[in-house]
Amino acid sequence: MALEFSPQAEQRIAEICRHYPNTQAACLPVLHVAQDEFGYISTEVVDLVAARLKLTSAHVYGVATFYTMYHREPCGKRVLMMCTNVSCMLRGGYETLHKLEQQLGIKAGETTKDGEFTLIEEECLAACADAPAMICGERYFLRLTPDKVDDALAECKKLPAAHGAGHGHAHSPNPSKKH
Amino acid sequence: MPADRNFKIVTRLFGVENSNRLEVAARHGNYSRLPTAFAMTPAAIIDEVKKSNLRGRGGAGFPTGMKWGFIPKGAETVYLVCNADESEPGTCKDREMIFWDPHLLIEGMILSSYALGCRHAYIYIRGEMIREVAVLQRAVDEAYAKGYLGAEHRTAAGPFKMDLTVHRGAGAYICGEETSLLNSLEGKRGWPRLKPPFPAVKGLFGKPTIVNNVETLMNVPFIVENGGQRFAELGTPRSGGTRTLCMSGHLNKPGVYELPMGIPLREVINDICGGVPGNKRVKAVIPGGSSMPPLDESELDIPMEFDALMNDARIKPVEYKPGHLFELAPGKPLRTMAGSGGVVVMDEDTDIVAVCARIMRFYAHESCGQCTPCREGTGWLARVCTRLANLQGQPGDVELLGSISYGIAGNTICPLGEAAAWPMMGFLTKFRADFEAKLRLSKYQPGQVSPVAHYGAHP
Repeated sequence: MALEFSPQAEQRIAEICRHYPNTQAACLPVLHVAQDEFGYISTEVVDLVAARLKLTSAHVYGVATFYTMYHREPCGKRVLMMCTNVSCMLRGGYETLHKLEQQLGIKAGETTKDGEFTLIEEECLAACADAPAMICGERYFLRLTPDKVDDALAECKKLPAAHGAGHGHAHSPNPSKKH
Repeated sequence: MPADRNFKIVTRLFGVENSNRLEVAARHGNYSRLPTAFAMTPAAIIDEVKKSNLRGRGGAGFPTGMKWGFIPKGAETVYLVCNADESEPGTCKDREMIFWDPHLLIEGMILSSYALGCRHAYIYIRGEMIREVAVLQRAVDEAYAKGYLGAEHRTAAGPFKMDLTVHRGAGAYICGEETSLLNSLEGKRGWPRLKPPFPAVKGLFGKPTIVNNVETLMNVPFIVENGGQRFAELGTPRSGGTRTLCMSGHLNKPGVYELPMGIPLREVINDICGGVPGNKRVKAVIPGGSSMPPLDESELDIPMEFDALMNDARIKPVEYKPGHLFELAPGKPLRTMAGSGGVVVMDEDTDIVAVCARIMRFYAHESCGQCTPCREGTGWLARVCTRLANLQGQPGDVELLGSISYGIAGNTICPLGEAAAWPMMGFLTKFRADFEAKLRLSKYQPGQVSPVAHYGAHP
């Protein structure tokens, strides 16, 4: 069966297209919608996005593979992005990454067998002053030293899954205290 | 009167409860500058920005008013794009500013759009900032609901109405480079464009476009309210306003601090950030994001200001090999630059070669692949640095790092090549002994072939 966007996704796409003078400019935001909807950008999804935006599949494929946040393979319900760039490295980012690998039983770049987590060694997350830093969706884990890894993972399990049932931004962030 | 340490423009609402909601932000004065601006002509606002000596806070430090002046007269469609693709390692100010005070950014963009004749502005925000995208989108929705966006304002130049779109990136450091950002915004791969034509002449969708950093635009409301003169007086003779520094690494109190322009680095480290943990000595400091050549302990008295970091003779010039200066122009050696304000402090026990290897790996990962010197060169820098850090160096590796860097710099479309080559040469200039020590400890045996050698030898 040919892949289709859900009516909700179609609505989001129509709203996105209103903001640009041509459909090509909607390519990145629509790929985000597609990833929310299907979990990853398969070749079929590339074709679907291309058809929807009247672009060539080659163009959409080029875009989808250029940017690191579009997953070309199925990934976990929650994507953990752990920074190890210079500021985080200096404050133990690698120790934290290794502890995450150990606790999840996977290497960075892999997904756990139960499909719960994908762990990514991320480049600078712009949270250098609170290094080492990790994000999972909208949630930041700051000054995440190895001893805090177990608590962080437990909290991540309670967060909404990153894709599948139409991701959306249910949680509304308020700065009530410093992070 | 110059700003004192407590003077805040862009970090005023940091730590204030619910500061990113319109109603709270408005209580703190956000959007109060709209009537002032709309009573002025667009040209008068541009004049104030020119007078203010506001310089771009994204990295290059280019005078904002001058950039605005490059828009061709009589241009029908003009775009303003806010660069919120903050990803320079060590830089974390824009993300915080968007989180705590998105309405100041929106107000700044309305004022700037009015001045530039822009009717549709975009904010290109980094894909990884999932929380900030939500915060910013909600703020934009609030501003629409209030009629600041999307509704007509009566102004000295006739009716003015603008739209503002938040556009989320998808993970590519290169999109912080303005022409790459524009390609990305047009739905393409983030490949930088050749300049000229400059974006001010031919930018987004082929139209005249101004790309400004988040913090740059957030300073505009202050300039409109208090005049360019006042903003200029806050700073140093050629750089107006305050300077936001992102202090990270080995510090007791890391953080994002808005400080007087030109404050000496040593003062920031010791007084503001409480010094280095364990009272250790400073070994190296990256003064403006990982693309900038580092400073050593003897260079910490330099004022944190655009011109001083470029020209102060107390900063040792960068060499591409011992005794050979790397010049930006004849007679103008590269020292370092203020960059994005990302200051990374390393204590005396830091393994400089390992840090350098990590930085080079970043640039190799982020090179867009368009230009050969950068695509291949950054990979080489990463591999050779890594094998040295792992004590698998080979004779000639230290010289090799210098010669690869020299082969990259100046030979690429965009500055990502320099962003790798400059710090590499800088680390080699100031910490050569560290690299040589790694080589001495390396277990190299004549005839042994390193995995890297299969890629072909560097000349």
